[in-house]
Amino acid sequence: MTFPPFVLRVRQAVNDRRRAWAVKWRLLPRRVRVGVMVLLVAYLYLLPVAPLPFVRTPEVGFSGVLADQVVIYVLAALGLNVVVGMAGLLDLGYVGFYAVGAYTTAVLSSGHANWPWLATLPVAIAASMVAGVVLGTPTLRLRGDYLAIVTLGFGEIIRISANNSNYLGGPRGITSIPHPPSIHIPVVDWHLDFGVLDAKPYYWLGLTIIIIVIFLLRRLEHSRVGRAWTAIREDEDAAELMGVPTFKFKLWAFAIGAAIGGLAGSLYASKIGFINPDNFPFLLSILFLSAVVLGGSGNIAGAVLGAVVISYGPERIRNFSDRRYFVFGVVLVIVMVFRPQGLLPSRRRAAELAHAGSEGTGLLGEPSPVASESADG
Amino acid sequence: MTNLLLWKAFWNLTVTGLALGSIYALIALGYTLVYGVLRLINFAHSEVFMVGTMGALIASTKVLGIDLIVNGDYPYKSGLVLVGVLAFTAAVAMLFSGGAAVAIERVAYRPMRGSGDIVSATVLAFLTGFVLAFFVSENATVDVIIGLILTGPIAYGYLRLMGRGRTAPRLAFLITAIGASTAIAEAVAIWGPDAREQYQTPRVLEKKVLFHFFDADVRVDYVLVIVVAIAMMVGLTIFVNRTRIGRGVRAVAQDVETARLMGVNVDKVIMITFLLGGLMAGGAAVMFTVIYDQTRYNIGFLLGIKSFTAAVLGGIGNLKGALLGGLALGLVENYSSAIFGSQWKDVVAFVVLLVVLMFRPTGLLGESLGRARA
Repeated sequence: MTFPPFVLRVRQAVNDRRRAWAVKWRLLPRRVRVGVMVLLVAYLYLLPVAPLPFVRTPEVGFSGVLADQVVIYVLAALGLNVVVGMAGLLDLGYVGFYAVGAYTTAVLSSGHANWPWLATLPVAIAASMVAGVVLGTPTLRLRGDYLAIVTLGFGEIIRISANNSNYLGGPRGITSIPHPPSIHIPVVDWHLDFGVLDAKPYYWLGLTIIIIVIFLLRRLEHSRVGRAWTAIREDEDAAELMGVPTFKFKLWAFAIGAAIGGLAGSLYASKIGFINPDNFPFLLSILFLSAVVLGGSGNIAGAVLGAVVISYGPERIRNFSDRRYFVFGVVLVIVMVFRPQGLLPSRRRAAELAHAGSEGTGLLGEPSPVASESADG
Repeated sequence: MTNLLLWKAFWNLTVTGLALGSIYALIALGYTLVYGVLRLINFAHSEVFMVGTMGALIASTKVLGIDLIVNGDYPYKSGLVLVGVLAFTAAVAMLFSGGAAVAIERVAYRPMRGSGDIVSATVLAFLTGFVLAFFVSENATVDVIIGLILTGPIAYGYLRLMGRGRTAPRLAFLITAIGASTAIAEAVAIWGPDAREQYQTPRVLEKKVLFHFFDADVRVDYVLVIVVAIAMMVGLTIFVNRTRIGRGVRAVAQDVETARLMGVNVDKVIMITFLLGGLMAGGAAVMFTVIYDQTRYNIGFLLGIKSFTAAVLGGIGNLKGALLGGLALGLVENYSSAIFGSQWKDVVAFVVLLVVLMFRPTGLLGESLGRARA
């Protein structure tokens, strides 16, 4: 099939425009770029009080959606992106780490002790990291889809164990988890109360955490560790032969991804105040994974965008009531059919796509073995 | 004390475990066939099974007009009529499942392999128009009409946009599968007659005890399930190993490019693979309704995960492995629920899977659809 010329022209123009913008952006002086980013971030902080015209949720509180859904999904997608996008390990049980973080906070702050939330946070992160290492050590020798089913099993084991354990409150879960400490600055008489009614402080807290995490991940991505992950993702055997200790770095990817998942879980627990095993279904793992792949696997900005779409989208169309998950499924299929590399693919992967005609050759970037009959045209 | 329960009920647990395992095995065949050929975890296969149970429900209630059993009064006591009713239900269920599997392949996966054509573009375009219509109207009929009107222009655009000859990364296939699975399950939940409620399926077969094996009551439905599963399994193996089309399936599983160069119509083989998987799921669906008398829009979800586990346990891509894995998983679940309590059976099943993969990283029998004689 041949394209009619006007379609080709439009496509070309869109591509050129996009490339031109990217180039122009990188050519801007550093000061200007930092300035623009600061303005953007400042606006993000103002989002709940000064929303964009069409960005709203008609049926539920907008700041509640931002704090309960968007912030949590973005954090989880950032963590899962380390595992799936950067290191190329398919993890279908990511919700397990999220649950470990949430339950650690719940147990320490309400279930069996009464630590303040801030004190439980590092423990929650450490506990989910340990969970990542415990799961990773025996299983990271497995490849591809075998790893996927084992991680899926892990997520289910965590959920079912929480359900069956009296220590963790069984099916009823743990209630009255404390909120983060309220801040009061006397000089300007400014309050930041983490209560039940106002969700905005949680959004601001979450946004701050997200910015810190993104900053750290970017440093990590461009470090030796990040390069090792890329190498593993593209070709594990070649990486091993070139002297990359693949097992060690895969374990690191698991641990760091798990730590961010635990962080998200801890934040979630302190926001909603009570958790039970039903908060951590397999479906959530699937949604996090969809966020990463929809946004553009391996790209931090992509993961953020994907998570925003996945979490905000169904809330935006809440007036579709129970039809919204049907819409969600259809949209997922259509986006993946026409944009399999994701909404914002990583630059490196895009280059590979242009180069090889497929997206990477790693475990997951590996094209499905069945290509079509007609090469092109 | 709990161990006592295991020994007391051992043979009963074995029989029910084998029956449940047979259902797992039949569904696992679908996962394993598709995985063998496309290296794709077809998450939507659970919905193929669910559609099959709905097909069985429609066949028995709408087409044959069988009522739900009141006071154990069975409409068909025995004989040819009973066999005929069961066979008809099975045929309809398999038709539904097979159709669903082929439709998913055609609409969702095929464009991603770079072979999208006017059929996939049209269906995707209709779905797009239909969903867009939700913004305008809540009435399903109106939505369908708007969707149909929009289909033409959108399909034209989609057809132009479809990447020819470019294959998507495997991870994207996985997300498409998840999307298709969600869409199908939700569609049944929204537009099905009883929405999200549980459907009772009419009990056609009287579940009397056929004979005793040691101290186990072997019910007729268990026997039927196990026999049907093995028969379908044997049929499938013969088909894959002995027929011309089966040879094509094995060739594609082994090496796509070479198979294509040897003149195998790869797209057709893939379609047949999905069809075979769907037929097996349809068989499983009928057997499921015969034993459990119920279905629901999300019934496939858990069974799908379990069956996929079974497929991996036996060695994914391996037909015999699917049978072995299914039966093993059914038995493990039953024994472990006797030992540890039924709330732990899924945990035990996953731990067993983990341990097996530690020692045999490609499952009990290894991957083999293409390599040896399946």
